[in-house]
Amino acid sequence: MAESENIVAETAEKIFADLADAQTINHDKQGAWKAPLWQALTEAGLPLSWVPDDLGGSGASLAEGFSVLNVAGRHAIAVPLAETMLAGWLLTQAKIASPEGEMTVLPASPKDRVTLNADGSLTGRARGVPFAKDAKHFAVLASGNDGVSIALVDAAKCRIESSTGLGGDHNDTVTLDKVQAVTTKPAPKGFDQTTLMLMGGVVRSLQIAGALEAMLDISVRYSNERVAFEKKISKFQAVQHNLARLAGENAAALAAATSAADTIVNAKSLDTDAVFLEAASAKIRCSEAAEKGSGIAHQVHGAIGFTIEHILHRYSLRALAWRDDFGSESYWAVELGKLVADLGADELWPLVASR
Amino acid sequence: MTAALRFDPIRLPEKCEQLRKEVRAFLAEEIAAGTFDPHAPNREDNDAPEFSRRVGAKGWLGMTWPKKYGGQERSFLERYVVTEEMRVANAPTRRFFVADRQSGPVLLKYAPEHIKMDILPRICRGEVCFAIGMSEPNSGSDLFAAKTRATKTDGGYLINGTKIWTSSAHIADYMIAIFRTSPPTKENRRHGLTQFLVKMKQPGIQVNPIGQITGQFEFNEVVFTDYFVPEDHVLGEVDGAWKQATSELAYERSGPERFLETYYVLTELVRAVGKNPDTRSAEGIGRLVAQVHTMRRMSVSVAGMLQAGKEPVVEASIVKDIGTVWEQQLPHRVRDLAAFVEETATNRETLEKQLDFAIKTAPKLTIQGGTTEVLRGIIARGLGLR
Repeated sequence: MAESENIVAETAEKIFADLADAQTINHDKQGAWKAPLWQALTEAGLPLSWVPDDLGGSGASLAEGFSVLNVAGRHAIAVPLAETMLAGWLLTQAKIASPEGEMTVLPASPKDRVTLNADGSLTGRARGVPFAKDAKHFAVLASGNDGVSIALVDAAKCRIESSTGLGGDHNDTVTLDKVQAVTTKPAPKGFDQTTLMLMGGVVRSLQIAGALEAMLDISVRYSNERVAFEKKISKFQAVQHNLARLAGENAAALAAATSAADTIVNAKSLDTDAVFLEAASAKIRCSEAAEKGSGIAHQVHGAIGFTIEHILHRYSLRALAWRDDFGSESYWAVELGKLVADLGADELWPLVASR
Repeated sequence: MTAALRFDPIRLPEKCEQLRKEVRAFLAEEIAAGTFDPHAPNREDNDAPEFSRRVGAKGWLGMTWPKKYGGQERSFLERYVVTEEMRVANAPTRRFFVADRQSGPVLLKYAPEHIKMDILPRICRGEVCFAIGMSEPNSGSDLFAAKTRATKTDGGYLINGTKIWTSSAHIADYMIAIFRTSPPTKENRRHGLTQFLVKMKQPGIQVNPIGQITGQFEFNEVVFTDYFVPEDHVLGEVDGAWKQATSELAYERSGPERFLETYYVLTELVRAVGKNPDTRSAEGIGRLVAQVHTMRRMSVSVAGMLQAGKEPVVEASIVKDIGTVWEQQLPHRVRDLAAFVEETATNRETLEKQLDFAIKTAPKLTIQGGTTEVLRGIIARGLGLR
């Protein structure tokens, strides 16, 4: 990690430690912690990390932003930081200035489509949009007769059917019925919904890797405190081996996610087989790790980890929920499998070895 | 906070890609010349001594070692490229692989100068084969229970006892083995073992091949009867082998051989499935490719950290743990998908033969070179649980 990435990540770490302590916010049923946290994040320029100064952001690098997301995953933060960053990134692709306040992106699933109508309005339905209910604006990817466009939309102009996802965060259905956008501009050449899904997938992969790190940490600590059969449960080989496997899942998720992020940081174009392999693999492997890893973390904690009072669910359920955003692991596996089959058996190793 | 795991996104440097091209071209020539069949995974049957010499002549053995010992002083990342290309091609590496990966580095560190000057250049030329003598009939994972004795005598030691599961002992020129020079102490049960260089093919050593479930005879029982080892063949500290055992392990544990052992079935499945896979095949292949890509990125990351002088002991153990578990499962997952391959697929028979062999090979992958249980113990220690 370069020094500048460290500084930005440390800033984020400090804000979360000060204003989003897991124990404290887990007991705060009213969510009074959210406003001060968001304000501190905004003052540090983090939600618009990926937006250059002239478009209203703080102009951090892609790498710096990715490092913040990994930290955000470690704290399993229930505010739309990742979503606003991604929205800002999407708007920046079309040189649209980002407004202040919470944002999210849509579509958030590869199957949903938003259409840019001939009169310039937007129509479509996007399901499973994270934090739509909390957002003031949406960054929308739409297709029309003239190709792909990116639009900034006022959330108040859309119909939002509110619901909560696995992790307890808003996960809503957004319907646009001939909505006039604040701004609409063409997407850059080669940028399409797959590009957005891949980028969203890498964002979620980094968050999952962060959440797994937190789960490993609190599981190790718990096993060194909890006594059963007159000794710490960390001394039982069965528990040790479960935790070693959790470390393995954490390691695989971390390696896959940081490798994909590094690929995007250094990519001249996002429309390449290398980016596809890295980003799709990260989402697949991190999602698999979320399932295996959260299962072990709960097993180590026993009944206490199943209570709403314990903080474990903040990480375990969010890691599981993040699997579904921007294409699930099974979706990406099918797409990656198709790519590999199309390239042919003798091109598989050269593709893998090229990374 | 538990000590955080690190897997920096290290990429192989540009010069590695030129080397990769050279290795691929060399292997293509060897395949064309009939040295080995890339579709036949039982490369352990192929002793290929001449191939070994040609690899040596290319400068691809001992490539990280000092030039004065025949090495090339190249980086571990360059060696990584050679290793992975050979493995994926199913090249017959058995004769040189152990010497190159493990035995050479031990000699470099612990052997006296005249032995280094004698043996290391021959390893680099692909002329000598090494075996590793660790397990015994009553000590496998519990390495420090080894009983084979090295008794001090005039000018050296007399060896009596039996090593077992010793890969390649029947073709090896040398073995690096641990023998008991003193009993363990109350304070330290690991005390009392010493590492030795043993010249094979001598009176006093009997090698008895052991049949494996794959049908191969690749490992052996090695019986020592009053076998004399000269004093200068002691490697490192007498009674202190336990201090030496750990440092090289990171290299041994995290290389491409720790997740690519059954990779050939995936390639063959992709060939059998063809250009237009159904959804089930596509998903199955996609998940397997995501795994192998991730394993490789982890393995390269550890190689890069080692090259940079770091000691990622826990990370290396994790690579071997999840890498070997994965390569063990791979043939079974490919078998699941192979059930849906069209009858007309031209490589169907090759795939079935490969699966048969890979499924028979699979059980050993989580046992050899440190069992899954031992690795998880090491990881647990790294996590602060022991």
